[in-house]
This record gives sequence, structure tokens and C-alpha cells, in this order.
Amino acid sequence: MNLVLAKNETGRALSDLLAVAGDRLPGAGAIADARRQAFDAYQRAGLPNRRVEDWKYTDLRVLMRDVLPLAATPDAAALTRAGRALKPHAIEGVRRLVLVDGAFAPDLSDVAGLEKGLGIRTLRKTMEAGDAPQAQLFAPDTSDAMVALNSAMMTDGLVIEVADGTVLSQPIHIVHIASGAVPAAMFTRSLLRLGKSAGATLVESYIAAEGAKTYQVHDSLVVSIGDNARLDHVRLVEDSREAFNISSAVVSLGAHAHFNTFGMTSGASVSRYQAVIAFAGEGSQVETNGVNLLNGRQHADTTLFLDHAVPNCASREIFRAVIDDRGHSVFQGRIIVRPKAQKTDAKMMTRALLLSDEAEADNKPELEIFADDVTCGHGATTGALDEGLLFYLRARGLSEKEAQALLIQAFVGEAIEQIASDSLRELAISAAERWLAARS
Amino acid sequence: MALLEVKNLQVRVEEREILHGLSLTVNKGEVHAIMGPNGSGKSTLSHVIAGKPGYEVTGGEILFKGENLLEMSPDQRSSKGVFLAFQYPVEIPGVATMTFLRTALNAQRKARGESEFSTPDFLKKVREVAARLNIPQDMLRRGVNVGFSGGEKKRNEVLQMALFEPSLCILDEMDSGLDIDALRVAADGVNALRSPERAMVVITHYQRLLNYIVPDVVHVMSKGRVVKSGGKELALELEASGYAQFEDAA
Repeated sequence: MNLVLAKNETGRALSDLLAVAGDRLPGAGAIADARRQAFDAYQRAGLPNRRVEDWKYTDLRVLMRDVLPLAATPDAAALTRAGRALKPHAIEGVRRLVLVDGAFAPDLSDVAGLEKGLGIRTLRKTMEAGDAPQAQLFAPDTSDAMVALNSAMMTDGLVIEVADGTVLSQPIHIVHIASGAVPAAMFTRSLLRLGKSAGATLVESYIAAEGAKTYQVHDSLVVSIGDNARLDHVRLVEDSREAFNISSAVVSLGAHAHFNTFGMTSGASVSRYQAVIAFAGEGSQVETNGVNLLNGRQHADTTLFLDHAVPNCASREIFRAVIDDRGHSVFQGRIIVRPKAQKTDAKMMTRALLLSDEAEADNKPELEIFADDVTCGHGATTGALDEGLLFYLRARGLSEKEAQALLIQAFVGEAIEQIASDSLRELAISAAERWLAARS
Repeated sequence: MALLEVKNLQVRVEEREILHGLSLTVNKGEVHAIMGPNGSGKSTLSHVIAGKPGYEVTGGEILFKGENLLEMSPDQRSSKGVFLAFQYPVEIPGVATMTFLRTALNAQRKARGESEFSTPDFLKKVREVAARLNIPQDMLRRGVNVGFSGGEKKRNEVLQMALFEPSLCILDEMDSGLDIDALRVAADGVNALRSPERAMVVITHYQRLLNYIVPDVVHVMSKGRVVKSGGKELALELEASGYAQFEDAA
């Protein structure tokens, strides 16, 4: 009875929100229809709860309870606060694209002098123009309630095209900033398409202005990697400790393509990153690695689905979680090897390090193999820091916190070192160091 | 003042008393050997001095330079100048030896209110000591002790001793697992660190090590106490007659 009531309340709150948002949501005609369908799908399901198998460990009815109203378009004060928050996270030598409270902020972004073969538009303009293929805009499968909600409410984002044969010389850095003046939700979607033999590096950061109130990030990323193309991807969730971050990614790879992705979550109160990575062409390769660094009462869920639909592809997943206090880390790794996907080589290893008695880690590897000539494996471990190693370090002069920090860095290093480029690796190491510095 | 004074030390591990009133005085400049059969409490003594968790001191005291050592954390003891060379040095994958050495050295210096070593000075010093101990540079870039042979691990302990310049070195069964050549290299390293300002406590089951590191004083431990002390000739006597006589005495 209570559950039905909760669902109705959530549904009603969102109906009001949708009605209020009305003309602030870009796109008419077919886009508006697709929004409506997605919204109906969301309403039928309501917020995911523990009885939805994929969301078993992340019950949003308990953790999030409600969807906040759509954030206002940022005013000058919000943009100033966002600009200040950006400084410590600015990266040298990248093309920066900033979304503040879910709206593209041209003054904080770098859109001038696009190199040949690179196209960038905002999602808002793309939807208003109505010239993007519906199939691309609404690529994510709306059977997941939070994806459906994102499809219904998306207001802005980046649409990036890298032409055939273009290898970008500069990484693209998408920064999501919550200005946080009032509790609000932002709904964004970005699309990235790499043509044949193209190459790009994408960094995504999620941060907040100082003193930001509770906010919700509802983000999605749709990526298509062409034949012989390569994408390097790093996402760093350093949202405020009051924030919710629900993000989804849908990635498809052509033939002989390469996707190297790494995600680190050290911020947000409750976060979920769910990625579906599908092999659509033979001879492709994916490395998807990640780290959760949690303390206090943080909850972070990484749910990955590797879809080996074609033969001769390889995937590697290395995931590490470090959990202190009453933190809760969830890793769900599903690999499906479909009947035609012979010679698939898929491996997944997840390890959790518990720093307190109340810390919790849920690791759920799932392998579904329907082909007979494959190499697949997975492993999961959970444990505490080794007392023998700690004593050795302390006997050499390191304090308890210093000794723990060194061992934690080594532990997460196994995932971080999978990042292909030195500069991206440094970004991840810095984010980990910020977390370690904050706990000592 | 003695450098180290262990007075009537009583130690328990999980309800079982291992040391039953052990006393030992070590002055700076001296090398003491502690010999005894397995289970006599030699390693327990070294662990308690270094501050390893899991031991309950039920009586007695340990003074180091006149200060109560038992009230200090392991890292405080280290920065005060206590160094335990482990019988089984641990492997720490993912932590480069160089990073570990620099972090440890600077942590100790910071605790003493000293300035951190500059990178060039640090590198110069490490390279010089490593060359003397026959430790190749690539070993320093690998994870701490990862894939090291027994001899390499012990040499790495001696390397740390040379870098940290402690005033008290406790060598816990340094000879275990070493062949004669590896033992000689490690012992030469230790001998190079003998100084009028530094004391060493060499814990060993066998007399063999004491051919290379010649002690000033030899103590025989049995059943949690020092039962006999003497000069270096005591070690030879033990080699000839064994520990049985002392087990009876205890």
C-alpha cells in the first residue's frame, strides 16, 4: 500500500514538473511525442526499487525518494559561482565544454576554432532544429526507468561529431557544474559519434559550486565508435556530498574499434553509473575500468553490461572499491556472449577494500555465455587492508593514515594504470589524492 | 644512560605468556646477539620493541633513550631511531620501492621536525647505498620486495637501515633463508653501519651469522627469559653444546 502511494506521489510530482517545464524542453513534433512516450514509460515503472533486479542494491525509492524540480536556467550569479568551481578542475590543453545546471554555458566553454572534422552543437539547438535522427537522440532503451526519465526531461547537452579519418589533437572535456542555489534536478544528454578511423579523447567531470544545496544530476551519454576508430574516455564524479548522480551510457563499437574507458566516483551522496557497451563489428576491443572511493554514508553503484554480439572481440574490466565508514559500493558486471560471438575473450575482476566494520560492498558478476569457443573469466574479492603490510609501513615511520593512503593508492592503482595516456592517468591520480587528503 | 633498557618485561599473546620477566640493557656502540631455541621468545621481544599489534605487555617496561617506548606508536618509535629489520620483509605490490623509501624517510624527518630530503640528495644517497649493497637500480623501481629473492629482501632491509640512520637496529633472524654468499653481502652491509653512536641487537638461532657480525655481548634466551650472558665466545660454546643445558636451567 505504502509503495503504491509512494509511486503515485512521485508520479504526481513529476507530472507537475513536466507541465511546469513544458516549453522549456526543446523539440516539437516527433521529439515531443518521444518525450511523452518515455515519460509514460517512466510513470509506469516509477523510481527503481529493490524489486527491480538491476537496481536491487540501489533502491532509489529509499535513497532518493523523489525527483526534484527542473533547475532554472542559470543566471549571471550562478554562472559566476560555476566559474569559480571550475578553476581547480580546469585541465590544460583541452577543449572545454561546460554545462551549468544542465544548460550549456558558452562563456565558460571553448567552442571557437574547431579543428577540421570536428562538429559541436548543443543538444538544445539540435532538438530545436529537429534535424538529428530520432534514432540517435533516443538511442538508449527506455525499459530502464531512469533512462526513460532522462529521455523525457533532457534539456541540453553536447552533440559532437568527429568525421571519418579525423584524429582530434585535443581532448574534449565536458564539465557538469551544479551552481546549487536551490535544490533542483538537471537532465542532460550528450551524443558523440566517431566516424571511421577517427580518434578522440573525452573527459567528463561532475562538480558543484561551493556550498551547493542538494541537487540531482540525470545524465546520459550516447556514443558510436566507427570502424577502426578509437575513443579514450575518463569520467570523474566529484559532485558535492549532498548530490545525486544518475548517469547512463550507451556505447556501440564498429569493427576493429577500440574503447578505453575509466570511471572514478569519489563524490556525490548517491550515485549510479550504468553503461551498456555493445560490440557491433568484429575485431574490436574494450577496456572498462573503474574505482569507487567512498566514506561517510556515500552510496555508489557501477553497473556495466558488455554485449558480445559478434565474434572476435575482447573486453577487460578491472574495478576497485575502497569503502570507509558506512559507505556502500555496488559493482554489477554483466557479460553476455551471444551464440554467434565465437572467439570472444572477456575478463572481469572486481575487488573491494573495506576500511571499517560498517562499510559494505556488493559485487555481482554475471556471465551469460551462449557460444562454445570463448575465453571468459571473472573474479571478485572483498577484504580489509593487510595488517602485516600496515605494520611494516608504520615500523618505517608512516602514520596510520599515511600507511593506509599508500596501500589504498596501490590498490586503486591497478585500475588507474589501465588508462592509456599519462595525462589522463594523472587526472585520476589527482582525484584519488583529493579523496585521500580529505579523509586524513 | 643506556640506549635501550628492557626491565622485567612480561608479554602475553592470546592469554599465553611468552616473556616472563625479561631484562636487557644495550648501550650505544654495542652489538648484542640474542640466541635461543625456537619458541624462546626472541622474535616476540623484537616485535614488542618495534610496537607490533597483538602483544599484550602485562608487566615491566622498555626505556629507549630514557623514554617509555611502550607508550609510543610504531611510527613514533621509528622516527625516534628504532629500526626492526624483519625476518620476513613483506611484499607491497603497487608501491614502488623508491616511493616507499622517500615517503618513509620524509615521514621520519617530519616527525623529528627536520626538513625533507631534496630529491637530488635523496636519489644520490639511495644510489650510493644501493651500489654498495649490490642492489640494481631496476629493483628500486619495482614494487617493494615484489619478486625479490630472499637475499634481495634482506639487502633491501639493510638499505633502509643505511638510509634512515637509526640509533638502534634490531635484526630479526637476518640469516633465515639466505645462502652463504647472500649472508655475507647483507652482513657486510650491517658491519658498515656499526658506529659508536649506534647499537645493534642481532637475533639468531644459529652461531653462523655471528662469524660475520661479531657481537660484543651474547645473551642466551630460554622460555621467555635471558638465562645467560657473556662475550662472543658464548656463541661458540652454544654451537658445540646446544641449547639443552639452558632449557634445563630455565
